[in-house]
Amino acid sequence: MRDFLSRSIQTTIIFLVVGGILFLAFGGYFGRASTLFSGSLLGIQEWVSVRYLAIQDFLTAPRESATLIRRNAELEAEVARLQAEVITLEQKVAETDVLSALVDFSTANPENTYMAAAVIGQDPSPFLHYVIINRGSNDGIQRGMPIVTDQGLVGRVDAVIANAARVMLITDPASAVNIRLQNSKTDAMLLGSLTGDLSLDMISQDATVEAGDVVLTSGLGGGYPPDIVVGQIVNVRKLDYELFQQATVQPVVDFTRLQIVLVITNFRAIDITPLIPETVP
Amino acid sequence: MRNLVAFPILFLVLLLQTTIFSRLTLLSGAADLMLVTLAALAVQEQVTSAWHWAVLGGLMVGLASGVPWFVPVIGYLVVVGLARLFQQRFWQAPILALFGVVFTGSWVVNLLTLFALQIAGRAIALDDALSLVILPSLLLNMLLAVPVRALIVDLADWLYPVEETL
Repeated sequence: MRDFLSRSIQTTIIFLVVGGILFLAFGGYFGRASTLFSGSLLGIQEWVSVRYLAIQDFLTAPRESATLIRRNAELEAEVARLQAEVITLEQKVAETDVLSALVDFSTANPENTYMAAAVIGQDPSPFLHYVIINRGSNDGIQRGMPIVTDQGLVGRVDAVIANAARVMLITDPASAVNIRLQNSKTDAMLLGSLTGDLSLDMISQDATVEAGDVVLTSGLGGGYPPDIVVGQIVNVRKLDYELFQQATVQPVVDFTRLQIVLVITNFRAIDITPLIPETVP
Repeated sequence: MRNLVAFPILFLVLLLQTTIFSRLTLLSGAADLMLVTLAALAVQEQVTSAWHWAVLGGLMVGLASGVPWFVPVIGYLVVVGLARLFQQRFWQAPILALFGVVFTGSWVVNLLTLFALQIAGRAIALDDALSLVILPSLLLNMLLAVPVRALIVDLADWLYPVEETL
């Protein structure tokens, strides 16, 4: 019993002494020896810690990479999907802008009835300036109906099938539109060309025509309704020895970017050919 | 039965022509994908029904275009005729035969179209047509001939496999 007590006391004392020394050593009470001691211990701890972390990284990194690769693929797929969605939405916004402008135009011109149509193609022959629209006789489209956009005159329907129609643009070499100049109140004829340029002919020599004058349809001849904007005069050619003045016209419609057009469905083109007197030899 | 493939293929060609190739212009000229396709097909020796393809392609283009319907039909038949002729003359150099057919065929089809439009009353100046439409179209057709040939050779081998004799 006495041995047990003495050994316990002995152990307790040893623990207290060692603990006290360590406490004092870490507290810096031993001066240089204390610093050396604690520094050694902390160095060992640091070495072990660094090695442990390195091993931990080594063991866990492959798993992290796989996760990251998978996550990256998911995000790339998501980005691709969102990019496609953005393109679709941008296209819808552009279409909505065009349709909104067309609605504004039809509201501002209530005397006509309009039907919207999308441009789905162009004539295969480079000699002709025709486009194909996605409305046909099933939608009530007839030959001769004028085509416009919110900007101005585009052309007229040349041929119709059940679900599509072919439209002759005013830039076509065979196109001739009776027009009037807004400022000078003069009538003239608008002609297309192979290159798509528009020119005015049959302008009276007495008329005062200037660059910037607005060109409108006159309605003469029954081919087009009156007062549809066509374009602006860019330059005028007046020669004293010629019967008429000529001019170049900048169209208001961008024919290279036609997407959606309006067909004026309540206009019936009038064929005045029988009224033109035949030349008697 | 294999000739029925002509319908979807030529429809696809017409679709591409009206939606894309007619809008890719050089000056005022545009490539004629139908012409190049028919020329590339007709110079393949094993293709036996090129004439049928030409009539079908011509009718399709005639329907979509404002040009009188018989003009592309006649034009493409001439192209196939030229292709048969060139294929016999240049049988060792099919690419040369194709270039020859596309070059000559483009001239024929464009001049035929111009002539028909002049008859129909359109005042198209010949020099404008030549410099702004015919020559640029010719160049584009020649450029298009190479990639189209690569596709058509595979198509011809699939549709009309050459029988090997022992």
